[in-house]
Amino acid sequence: MTTTTENNAFKSQEYFINMGPQHPATHGVLRLLLTIDGEIIKNIDPDLGYIHRSIEKMCERDSYQQIVHLTDRMDYLSAHINNEAVCLAVENALGLEVPERVKVIRTIIAELTRLASHQLWWGVMGMDVGALTTYFYGFRDREMINDIFEETCGARLTMNYNIPGGLMFDLHPNFVQRVKDFIAHFKTKLPEYDTLLTGNVIFQKRTQGVGILTKEDAISFGTTGPVARASGFSCDVRKHHPYSAYDRVQFNEALFTVGDTFTRYQVRIQEMWESMAIIEQLIDNIPDGEFKTPTNAVIKLPKGEFYQRVETARGELGVFIVSDGKKNPYRLKFRSPGFSNLSALKKMAVGSKLGDLVAIMATLDIVVPDIDR
Amino acid sequence: MTNSELQTLISSWNSELEFSEAESQFLNITVKPEYLHQLTSQLKSTKETSFDFLFCLTGMDWGADLGVVYHLESTIHKHQIVVKVNTSDRENPTFDSVCDIWYTAEFHEMEVFDFFGIKFNNHPNLKRLFMPKDWVGFPLRKDYVDEVNMVIK
Repeated sequence: MTTTTENNAFKSQEYFINMGPQHPATHGVLRLLLTIDGEIIKNIDPDLGYIHRSIEKMCERDSYQQIVHLTDRMDYLSAHINNEAVCLAVENALGLEVPERVKVIRTIIAELTRLASHQLWWGVMGMDVGALTTYFYGFRDREMINDIFEETCGARLTMNYNIPGGLMFDLHPNFVQRVKDFIAHFKTKLPEYDTLLTGNVIFQKRTQGVGILTKEDAISFGTTGPVARASGFSCDVRKHHPYSAYDRVQFNEALFTVGDTFTRYQVRIQEMWESMAIIEQLIDNIPDGEFKTPTNAVIKLPKGEFYQRVETARGELGVFIVSDGKKNPYRLKFRSPGFSNLSALKKMAVGSKLGDLVAIMATLDIVVPDIDR
Repeated sequence: MTNSELQTLISSWNSELEFSEAESQFLNITVKPEYLHQLTSQLKSTKETSFDFLFCLTGMDWGADLGVVYHLESTIHKHQIVVKVNTSDRENPTFDSVCDIWYTAEFHEMEVFDFFGIKFNNHPNLKRLFMPKDWVGFPLRKDYVDEVNMVIK
């Protein structure tokens, strides 16, 4: 370093730092190569693959029943919805009609999954911007949902409750009452979330006007889920391409227009209210009947291409199956919501301060195994 | 627009396109590599089609050919379409990049390059995204063999 000339120490100079792969704000092993000028971000170059398991290649080897078990290792916070995506794709390809009871149960559990995912996100969102208390609030309420899952199928996170044709077991007798207890509990707790964080001036200053994504960019970057809806891109698969029991429930798509970090936060808070509304409409009306339609022990899809879209907690998950008529797919592609959402990070964060990047990434709600697959 | 209306309109742009609705829930267009960029940008910019949302981009190894499948949707008209492009050149497969039309393609094309070795002209940053930089071969190709890491049944 030369210090001969007078103002050399204050010269603008770009330099390069690594964020991750082991950084608490990346929520997993994601590495970002940042070019910085002072505190201003000039460029972001993500380096992925630290948790890549080549799930798509493994799918080409496995039977359709086995593939279901790989999917909840992608976005582990939307495990049930990922399972559902593959099951729906297989059922639609076979022309298999599942019982009404299955559709309703799948929808209730999918919304519980979304609630649990958003609770965890809210906890770590606060933690990322320096409010540690939120973490304990979020995890306290999420525990109740995980307990319901455990009683239903034995697993708390990677559930594997879906199988092609229906569900692995019938509901536990306590299920309905426990879900009702949870809804009654969480309805009193969700306003606390607002009191604690949403209205907090420091939090608002850290998030409002930060990381703005316009509607045109949101569409062009292929963002979906809360990230896109904060920018005004109406993309809720549950509304536009209804599956399972979403065609018979009333709910509002959480849609905002500003597209900054704070509105992405607001979308998820509103989605928690909507998820509770969906569950309340269905929980008293679970139809009686079978919990699965029997399938052949070896499932062979007809020759052709099949695409299934579902709405996970992070956005649109697409399952694209190319079948040549055998018992395993010729090619299976997962269009993961996190991967497309991450592609917009550069657009949102370049030009803002390094500290804001943490807040922006928190509202992208990144789950790295979902990106790496 | 319905699929038949889309087909009538798009086939008037170019006579060499192949349309198919067999074995798929979408209308499929197969396009020659040299016409890919022109078709895709026309699909987005034309008012009646307005395919502004690239919701899936998939690399494919069809056995003899390598290819890319583009799933498109219009957020205005709500119709969907699939564009396919193939090449029989397995040594140096190259297509035009569409990341100037849909920004998300920049990431997805990197993924396709990483797993299939398909190169994209005019891509700003084509590199290995998931695999280590010194990895040899392209894992999602059908003729890829890795005796150490692959469990073959």
